[in-house]
Amino acid sequence: MAREITGMVERRGLGLWLTHLGMIAGVLVIFFPIWLAFVASTVTQPEIVRPPMPLWPGDQLIENYTAALFSGVNVPVLSMLGNSLIMAVGIAVGKIIISLTSAFAIVYFRFPGRNMFFWLIFLTLMLPVEVRIVPTYEVIAGFGMLNSYQGLIFPLVASATATFLFRQFFLTVPDELAEAARVDGASPMQFFRDILLPMSRTNIAALFVILFIYGWNQYLWPLLITTDPSMNTIVMGIRQMFPSGDDVADWPVIMATSILAMIPPVVVVISMQKLFIRGLVDSEK
Amino acid sequence: MATVTFDNIKKRFGPTEVIKGVSLDVADGEFIVIVGPSGCGKSTLLRMVAGLETISEGELRIGNRRANDLEPMDRDIAMVFQNYALYPHMSVAQNMGYGLRIAGLPKAEIAAKVQDAAKLLQLTELLDRKPRQLSGGQRQRVAMGRAIVRAPSVFLFDEPLSNLDAKLRVQMRLEIRELQAKLGITSLYVTHDQVEAMTMADRMIVMNAGRAEQIGTPLDVYERPATLFAAQFIGSPSMNVLEGEGREGALWLGAARLPNPTGHRGPVMLGLRPEHLVPDPEGPIAMQVQLAEPLGANTLLHGKLEAGQGFTASLPGVHTVAHGGEILRLGIKPENMHLFDRATGLRLG
Repeated sequence: MAREITGMVERRGLGLWLTHLGMIAGVLVIFFPIWLAFVASTVTQPEIVRPPMPLWPGDQLIENYTAALFSGVNVPVLSMLGNSLIMAVGIAVGKIIISLTSAFAIVYFRFPGRNMFFWLIFLTLMLPVEVRIVPTYEVIAGFGMLNSYQGLIFPLVASATATFLFRQFFLTVPDELAEAARVDGASPMQFFRDILLPMSRTNIAALFVILFIYGWNQYLWPLLITTDPSMNTIVMGIRQMFPSGDDVADWPVIMATSILAMIPPVVVVISMQKLFIRGLVDSEK
Repeated sequence: MATVTFDNIKKRFGPTEVIKGVSLDVADGEFIVIVGPSGCGKSTLLRMVAGLETISEGELRIGNRRANDLEPMDRDIAMVFQNYALYPHMSVAQNMGYGLRIAGLPKAEIAAKVQDAAKLLQLTELLDRKPRQLSGGQRQRVAMGRAIVRAPSVFLFDEPLSNLDAKLRVQMRLEIRELQAKLGITSLYVTHDQVEAMTMADRMIVMNAGRAEQIGTPLDVYERPATLFAAQFIGSPSMNVLEGEGREGALWLGAARLPNPTGHRGPVMLGLRPEHLVPDPEGPIAMQVQLAEPLGANTLLHGKLEAGQGFTASLPGVHTVAHGGEILRLGIKPENMHLFDRATGLRLG
């Protein structure tokens, strides 16, 4: 008996090692470009240009990052990070608020055209930002929102996906809860705030992560409506750092910026991951 | 504490009428059980009292006040739902106190009332737990607590015990009845379980297809069912119903001659409760026994009569059946025979 178990453990151990080896190899492949970017951000310009490319970090880390953060190429990376943060948080929070309330309206209230509104929202799922980008630009320009946070955030705030997700979640909440709240004397908004919102906590966290990264990675829209470098977001700002014509690109600073651009989404994912897991462990239904 | 009056209450969903006019006066402190098969409209009737469904026609009065158009919170009622409908993210104490919090009571007062209700229901230890950490019976108690805490004038129960196991159901049945008697709060209780109806009700309403077939005390309904439906629905195992022919001085079931308790002549439906049948070698009913179900205290015998109708008898003690089916002769007292009109199903005599 004991021998059998050892045998099984050995076999399983081997399988475990093999799968881990495979995974480690995969991670290395994916991680290599990021490693190269990091290495490039710690050396001097001549070291990068001269082949072979260095594979181990140099001694310029502090200098390069300070240069990127506080002076950058066109504009300090710090201000671009700030812009991106405002935009990403604005889009994520705005999308969540709007989709929560519209899903609440669609699921819990009976009003004329309820289904039509739902399908209209659902229909916009099929239209990516790029399809409606020209008219949207017209509207935003007409409102004088070019080079402003409102202009960066508002056109991206409505979200069919999130509305749909919350609708599906609200449909799984038993009707009896809403009825119990009614009998308890709660108004619709009290029910929304006291019962529905806390119950959607884990869904909100999950969506926040997805939407934050969606907002952070916006490229085309900020590129169109921000002409003032002080309003540049970091993802488009990296592209702006490339010189036009024959100028020499400042690769260490550009690479430092790339690494910096990656940090906030990673932080959001890692910090929210705890909420995910808690949400999974104590499922509240 | 209040009376509840149903004055010819009707409910329509589009063109279909699901409640076809129910009238009832519920006395202060009375425990009314609404019983019927699924789809008979019993839950709809309760939800109309709660204000969760609109009333299409008729008038509902709670404590002599017209309640048709009042919001649920203004009706001074509390409801216990089938799935308890506890707020999953709130602790037991928060669940119980939510209604009071909405009403804007000061925190200290809410805490005191929750404590009192918790003590009454033996929930004091559990006040900080979340609903998911409770057993079915405890959740049921919390749902009760949420209703009690607001000291309503009417309790509404929508099949509150149907999610519990059989043993717990019996226990909770007693607890609910005791609590209601102690608090003296008028209660409406919906169930499909005729045992719950029999054991809990002061009076019960037997509902069928949107109509109240009979309103009366449990024993009244059992002993003098007003309709064939009520007769078959109440009582376990359910009543044997046979076609008979009333003639001068006798009632004929095919070739079997029974006494005619009402003297009614012409075609009738005859109802015989299985537990009222007694073995009698001279008895008029001859049953070919096919299956015996010993329940310990008594035995259910299933079989056929001469004309082929299915028939069940419940006899005290243990009976065994020889394979192949013996013939058992049974008799019944005339006062235990129920006669119904064959066309309308209404009681005769």
